[in-house]
Amino acid sequence: MSEYTAKDFKKGQPRWCPGCGDHFFLASLQKAMAEIGIAPYDTAVISGIGCSSRLPHYMATYGMNTIHGRAAAIATGCKVANPNLTVWQVSGDGDGLAIGGNHFIHANRRNIDMNMILLNNRIYGLTKGQYSPTSPRGFVSKSSPYGTVEDPFRPAELCFGARGHFFARAVATDAPGTIEVMKAAQAHRGASVCEILQNCVIFNEGTHESVYSAEGRKKNAIYLQHGKPMIFGENNEFGLMQEGFGLKVVKIGENGITEKDLLVHDAHCEDNTLQLKLALMEGPDFPVALGVIRDVEAPTYNDAVEAQIEDVKGKKKYHNFQELLMTNDTWEVK
Amino acid sequence: MTKNASIVDLDQVVVRFSGDSGDGMQLAGNIFSTISATVGNDICTFPDYPADIRAPQGSLTGVSGFQVHIGADKVFTPGDKCDVLVAMNPAALKTQYKFCKPTAAIIIDTDCFQEADLKKADFKTLNAIEEMGIKNDVIAAPITQMVKDCLADSGMDNKAILKCRNMFALGLVCWLFNRDLTVAANMLKEKFAKKPGVAESNIKVIQAGYDYGHNTHSSVSHTYTVDTKGVKDKGTFMDINGNKATAYGLIAAAEKAGLKLYLGSYPITPATDVLHELAKHKSLGVTTVQCEDEIAGCASAIGASFAGALACTSTSGPGISLKSEAMNLAVIMELPLVVLDVQRGGPATGLPTKSEQTDLLQCLFGRNGESPIPVITATSPTDCFDSAYMACKMALEHMTPVVLMTDAFIANGSAAWKLPKLEDYPAINPPYVTPEMKETWAPYQRNAEGSRYWAIPGTEGFTHILGGLEKDNKTGAISTNPENHDLMTHLRQEKINKIQVPDVEVMGDADNAELLIVGFGGTFGHLHAAMDEMRAAGKKVALAHFKYINPLPKNTASVLKKYKKVVVAEQNLGQFAGWLRMKVDNFAPYQFNEVKGQPFAVSELVTAFTEIYNK
Repeated sequence: MSEYTAKDFKKGQPRWCPGCGDHFFLASLQKAMAEIGIAPYDTAVISGIGCSSRLPHYMATYGMNTIHGRAAAIATGCKVANPNLTVWQVSGDGDGLAIGGNHFIHANRRNIDMNMILLNNRIYGLTKGQYSPTSPRGFVSKSSPYGTVEDPFRPAELCFGARGHFFARAVATDAPGTIEVMKAAQAHRGASVCEILQNCVIFNEGTHESVYSAEGRKKNAIYLQHGKPMIFGENNEFGLMQEGFGLKVVKIGENGITEKDLLVHDAHCEDNTLQLKLALMEGPDFPVALGVIRDVEAPTYNDAVEAQIEDVKGKKKYHNFQELLMTNDTWEVK
Repeated sequence: MTKNASIVDLDQVVVRFSGDSGDGMQLAGNIFSTISATVGNDICTFPDYPADIRAPQGSLTGVSGFQVHIGADKVFTPGDKCDVLVAMNPAALKTQYKFCKPTAAIIIDTDCFQEADLKKADFKTLNAIEEMGIKNDVIAAPITQMVKDCLADSGMDNKAILKCRNMFALGLVCWLFNRDLTVAANMLKEKFAKKPGVAESNIKVIQAGYDYGHNTHSSVSHTYTVDTKGVKDKGTFMDINGNKATAYGLIAAAEKAGLKLYLGSYPITPATDVLHELAKHKSLGVTTVQCEDEIAGCASAIGASFAGALACTSTSGPGISLKSEAMNLAVIMELPLVVLDVQRGGPATGLPTKSEQTDLLQCLFGRNGESPIPVITATSPTDCFDSAYMACKMALEHMTPVVLMTDAFIANGSAAWKLPKLEDYPAINPPYVTPEMKETWAPYQRNAEGSRYWAIPGTEGFTHILGGLEKDNKTGAISTNPENHDLMTHLRQEKINKIQVPDVEVMGDADNAELLIVGFGGTFGHLHAAMDEMRAAGKKVALAHFKYINPLPKNTASVLKKYKKVVVAEQNLGQFAGWLRMKVDNFAPYQFNEVKGQPFAVSELVTAFTEIYNK
């Protein structure tokens, strides 16, 4: 049992707009941290800039609300320099995937052991409503009054393309789903990307409408669980099967299809092909995948750095500055 | 020694080795300078290499040079012009001859002065010496052929044999200066410890070069010695370049402070050797992260600093441009951070391998908002050690980013360095929070020096949030209160203003100089040499060379006001002069500015300063 409660992680009064997904996520994160049981003083929460990046101010942990886009790079240095810390990096879609896109992919590639939270509301909220790198093509915003003429990033594709080993998704309003994903992210040793779907009540209300309510998720989402067949629907009447190079939605009981014919989720599968297909599913033809989509063990950068230092310490004969000097060609003047 | 050629004793001599960038000129130069240092000469070296790794062989753009100045007494610069030029091919002769004194001896490899070679260097005739109108003594030796003959039985392939040409030239130079080859042999044995065959071949070739000079007493009238004079500084020495000395300074400071050393960096000429050097020393617990970009180099260092490490990021001017926003984050969060700028020619990509002092104002001011950052400029290759150490001490004790500026010239140049003892260096005491402070502490509470306290994550009772938004002056909570912002702006500035730095020393005719030369950073050697030359000519001249730029030493105004004439000499268009004018009322100096990407020439400085002197 953890000695902490959510209260031990709470600080101050959040100043987000009423109804903002950030409120929901913050509450779930604090509950998850309490359940995880790592001390607030051993935890660092590091964000960039944006509405969601205000989050560290409401945490009773160590933390930094840094500059736009750099949270992943700053968190990288924090973890590598002090591997005993549990590091949570929090960014919005603009912070994490536009100005900070380079750091996002490289933190994944290096596999820094930290939890990378991507709060995706598909809009720039703090600067008052411009389209973001996750806004759909044609999206009308203040900076795209006639609709955008560019395709969005799909976060899972970036994560997988950067050789990410963990990707999970939750909806901000779904507390149990979010808490489960946070706990899985912490349990995974390595870079754990969690995409949190949330609305911006002011500038992008309804962007994740189909899965934002519990009823909506029943109809339009599938909760993936490792080792379990892929079943969804209001009455668990639908399932997913493989068809050729793709997936298809089937109705259980129709055309002789039984539960045994359905795909069984394998989050631990090294090959990410099917995991990517699951992550990219969207309505109306497919359910939105929630839960842990990919969770594969791999060596972490920070562990490898530590191991290399220990290894070299054992091999080299110099272990302080004065000894280092004597490894050079020197001469005496008498 | 030859009987026919007489031996002339010199106070100092400058040798320039030049050839294709793959010809091993740096190694030959390094060995020669170390041999000289071993007998007690002072040394100063300067590699002058092209931006391309391997330009087309034999081409004019692919020439790499290495100049070494050795002196019976103290030498301050690698020398304006050389007494001996080694030119391994026609391109080297063509591009490097301008560095020769009229009396210089020139050594060429005649085997590489054939028609095809001459064509590559745009010679019109088959006699390069005549075509260029060279009247100097020329030792024209068939070096390639003799190296081939010498190593015919070595079992080495032709390519490997040709790589030993540099050692033949080195042997010749050693003969010319009556140098003992034992040191060279030992250095080569060490360098090629894992390939004893290669070491043996190189040693054989050096000896062959030496013997060739001895037996033919070549075409020079004298050989030379440079005997050590003056008071010898006793102790153990090594040859060190500025980048390595910088890396060593960071290591030493981390050890003294009892902190892990973290470097976040991105490859950039001419700073990358600091990353290379630090990456080697994992046995000292040094952590280096080669980041995805310059921004991440600085950003990750800030993360490391927050986490409790001595954090550094290393770069050159273009990298500073990219890091500036993150540097400002360290300013407002008041976290220790050392930012190294090894200056090169700008703007933009500019002259990546060349040296300038054009980043000064960028480092002082190149950020948004009121953003005070201390700036320290190293004055010589060996001073990079002390400067790096002091930059770390300042950053850690005052909870601030510090910019340490060096330049390509001192970063790549080397000099003899007396091995320091860490115990002789001042203690480093960051303002850590103490357990007693737990109840009352607030993140932006300040000590007597105006510094915030350092509470490192993992410490119970001190959890707090830092950030890039303006803070309440005590609690650190986000504050947009106008009075608070004004107060915080002043507090951040005053903290830097209060940092104690040593007074600037006035060298030379401190009491009665007619002209005060003022400089900063890597030009120290040249300015000092210029002052020496003018004083030797009977002029009353002093030098005030600044290492601490922000804050300036307390005696700055009194020094600058004391002398009738002041000239500020710098490798930019007057950035330091402008900074001094901003800080010292009614200061109107003469200026000497040159931005060629090359070190100052002492002779040009003397001419310019004498003109001002005589005004």
